[in-house]
Amino acid sequence: MTWNLKNGPLLGAALMLVVLLAAPHMFYPVFLMKVLCFALFACAFNLLLGYVGLLSFGHAAFFGSAGYITAHMVKALNFDPLAGILVGVMVSSLLGLVIGWLAIRRSGIYFAMITLGFAQVIFFLSLQLKFTGGEDGIQGVPRGMLFGLVDLTDTMSMYYFVLAIFLCGFWLIYRTINSPFGQVLKAIRENEPRARSLGYDTDRFKLMAFVISAALSGLAGGTKALVFQLASLTDVNWHMSGEVVLMTLLGGMGTIFGPAIGALLVVTLNNYLAGFGSWVTIIIGAIFVSCVLAFRRGIVGEILEKVRTWPTRHKT
Amino acid sequence: MAKKRLLTAFGTGLALLMAVSGASAAGLSDGVVKVGVMTDMSGAYSDLCGPGSVVAAQMAIDDFGGKVLGKKIELVSVDHQNKADIAANKAREWFDTEKVDVIADLPTSSAALAVMEVANQKNKITLISTGASTKITNDSCIATNVHWTYDTYALAVGTGKAVVANGGDTWFFITADYAFGHSLEGDTAAVVEANGGKVLGKVRAPFPNTDFSSFLLQAQASGAKIIGLANAGADTINSIKQAKEFGITQNQTLAGLLIFITDINSLGLDTAQGMMLTTGFYWDRNDETRAWSKRFRERHKNMPTMGQAGVYSSLMHYFAAVEKAGTDDSAAVMAAMKSMPINDMFAKNGYIRDDGRMVHDMYLVQVKKPSESKGPWDYYNVLRTIPGDEAYMSLDKSTCKLVKK
Repeated sequence: MTWNLKNGPLLGAALMLVVLLAAPHMFYPVFLMKVLCFALFACAFNLLLGYVGLLSFGHAAFFGSAGYITAHMVKALNFDPLAGILVGVMVSSLLGLVIGWLAIRRSGIYFAMITLGFAQVIFFLSLQLKFTGGEDGIQGVPRGMLFGLVDLTDTMSMYYFVLAIFLCGFWLIYRTINSPFGQVLKAIRENEPRARSLGYDTDRFKLMAFVISAALSGLAGGTKALVFQLASLTDVNWHMSGEVVLMTLLGGMGTIFGPAIGALLVVTLNNYLAGFGSWVTIIIGAIFVSCVLAFRRGIVGEILEKVRTWPTRHKT
Repeated sequence: MAKKRLLTAFGTGLALLMAVSGASAAGLSDGVVKVGVMTDMSGAYSDLCGPGSVVAAQMAIDDFGGKVLGKKIELVSVDHQNKADIAANKAREWFDTEKVDVIADLPTSSAALAVMEVANQKNKITLISTGASTKITNDSCIATNVHWTYDTYALAVGTGKAVVANGGDTWFFITADYAFGHSLEGDTAAVVEANGGKVLGKVRAPFPNTDFSSFLLQAQASGAKIIGLANAGADTINSIKQAKEFGITQNQTLAGLLIFITDINSLGLDTAQGMMLTTGFYWDRNDETRAWSKRFRERHKNMPTMGQAGVYSSLMHYFAAVEKAGTDDSAAVMAAMKSMPINDMFAKNGYIRDDGRMVHDMYLVQVKKPSESKGPWDYYNVLRTIPGDEAYMSLDKSTCKLVKK
């Protein structure tokens, strides 16, 4: 067999699909759904950080607000679950448009601070607005019937619904990255003035990437609200913005599968270390520090690098 | 005649057969009764429930003999970090994969409400001890929940009324900004106004909070005689300490609306003396409470709070109900729990209403002066026993959908 880096993603995707289809028969499905939601969130975030080089510190705003909107639509206005999620996605992309339009005027730490500032505004609104239920959040969100046909209260059908959403989102990200549009984004990441000198309106490309990222974060957030039947402040808190950075960096920023692996790792750690109480943050912090010190490309990034340099290292 | 006898015999046989098949269908669903204690193990409320609640649950299991209906009772616990989403997720996981039959304690109203929602879907029982909001037995009531120890209405009736009667007729509230704080503030304001007092203003502080200076200064500026603290745990301790440092307590009086004995222990009698508060349990009330509390203290470094005592009492009652019902089926156990009066070190003739409220006597107490206290944990003078039916909101005011009117 000729090992070729080009068909790496294809092989990875096939492997991932098989594992994901079989997984709910072996593991707790609700846990897997949580992993999928966060994996999609991290992949959406990675689109911005890994491929445009913009470090947003306010992605929880999109994730959380879509969760609130979806929960509200489904619970108070009896929307179909998918319609509820789509409204959530619309709101988060609009939010992305407004925040992104202002934020992309700056770069580096200023960009991060602007996004963080807006995320705090969204957090405050989520706490104070009537429909969000303040500290209680929106509880008891019905999962409902998908298209009036599939009963989503059944855990297995909910799992495959979430899986379908995840795969759609993932495919969209893959297509975005591997399109001419994605090539321009990478060019902006590497050297923005040069991309501009080539005639690209970099601000527009950055804004579009920002909106796509926000929309997909919203997709993840809305889905999570349905899975857990709850929209709460945790999802709009700045901790969440930090968590997604952590997932992306752990897994491998700028790789396709990295953020998903990172999300799997962080969610698993959070779940299985929950018994240690406040030690969880310390353990995850230690892992993060050692990751940044020892393998800076993240798990997937490091593996890809090993594979890439293998022929040169073994030439002699 | 013979025909009739034959018929009777046949009938008896049939009834017997049904009873036998019924008995085999009953029993424990999965060969174990599993208790989950969900509490705040590390945050602002960890002192007043947390590890102490787990100890209380273990005591209940040990005192019941470790077994019910011949099967082992197991205990698991988790730190829900006072967050509704963590609480709901963990509860779902417990019910789905760990065969947990009942969840106890549940501090932080928002988290308690979220867990009730999951319990309702999965038809499992919750025994809320430290959660306080009256929403638990009103708008959000479910058939498989019991609200055991206290609620914000009972606190308001106890403390609010007593303070107004002692001349504290103008109030300013510092409120923890979530379900519990809002509920406590609202219930107390209603009691204050009903007794001829006036509410001059309020300010909402985020939860949890460490710096209360700006809120206290607003309270001072309001000129109210009483500053009502509609918060709990570390928040209350911080606000009381800071009020003293600012010298606010020279002209104005603090009314802690929810204070646990561990809070008094952290504050010290010097700071806390003279405060009036309402509690559902005090260790030094009679021989029974003293004996139980002594055993508790041997296992846990502190005296029990009302929340921890409530966890013990509610679980003992639950085990007894499982034994009586002969099954751990939620509906049967709930029916058994409601049919038996509660008589233990925590409550005398307590009973559970349709809305899930466990009605029992509450106590209005005043914190002793340092000179009156005879030793560690000798903190309260019991001023008045508030009868359960006065302490808790009457059923005809309830907005719970399970209450038939």
